[in-house]
Amino acid sequence: MRTLYTWLCIVITVCAATTGDVLLALAMRRIGDLGELRRRRGFLPMLLRVLSSGVLFAGVFFMAIAFFSNLVGLSWADLSLMGPASAALTYITNALAAKFFLKEDVNRRRWLATMFVFCGVLILTHT
Amino acid sequence: MMLFGAGGDALLARGVKQTAAIDIHHIVHVFTVLANPYIVLGIFSLLIFMWSYMTALSFADLSYVMPATASSYVFMTLLSIFWLHEHVGAERWSGILFIVIGVGLVAGEPHRTGDAPEPEIRVEPAEERR
Repeated sequence: MRTLYTWLCIVITVCAATTGDVLLALAMRRIGDLGELRRRRGFLPMLLRVLSSGVLFAGVFFMAIAFFSNLVGLSWADLSLMGPASAALTYITNALAAKFFLKEDVNRRRWLATMFVFCGVLILTHT
Repeated sequence: MMLFGAGGDALLARGVKQTAAIDIHHIVHVFTVLANPYIVLGIFSLLIFMWSYMTALSFADLSYVMPATASSYVFMTLLSIFWLHEHVGAERWSGILFIVIGVGLVAGEPHRTGDAPEPEIRVEPAEERR
């Protein structure tokens, strides 16, 4: 039963982390370059602009779900399972979500980079 | 991002291992782990990581930033060799090599692609007149 709960945590962590990343990327894309915004308007207006984004808070909410789900999973399962499963899989799901939801040009080179990083993280977190 | 992302994860992993397993029937107990100092330090590190991540996403694609963040694993391994004097085996080196190749591949790419919506930066009428 504990294995089922662990895998449920992994699925929730990966889905919530990907949703959070996509929403955060969308929010930051709408807000614009933070460095440029700070130079043009100053630090406080930039901070207020960031904090007034609803999409950003929705992203943070999903990231919080991923964070707590990962914590629960880590308390049940070994890091050698939770680490590779949640960390490595998120790279693949993020690349897919970036292509289909954010309409980014995820070309062959980016896919190759994502697959190399996926394999690398899988090996590192499993050893 | 590399420093605080890797440090935050390590602190959280250590903190969680010091606390008791969370029972599915008492899921609210997940908040009790927040009393652990390693968890608090881990959360603080991850908040700094978050701000750096948001800054990167404000001028680069998610599919560009995500593989690049994996360089924190390389940083962690180098830290464990030179600071903690740990032995790193061939298997871990092969993992590092995979990540370095992945980061190297994405580094040569343009950092912004796709139909990026116009930033919601409005030019005030007073600024226009100037």
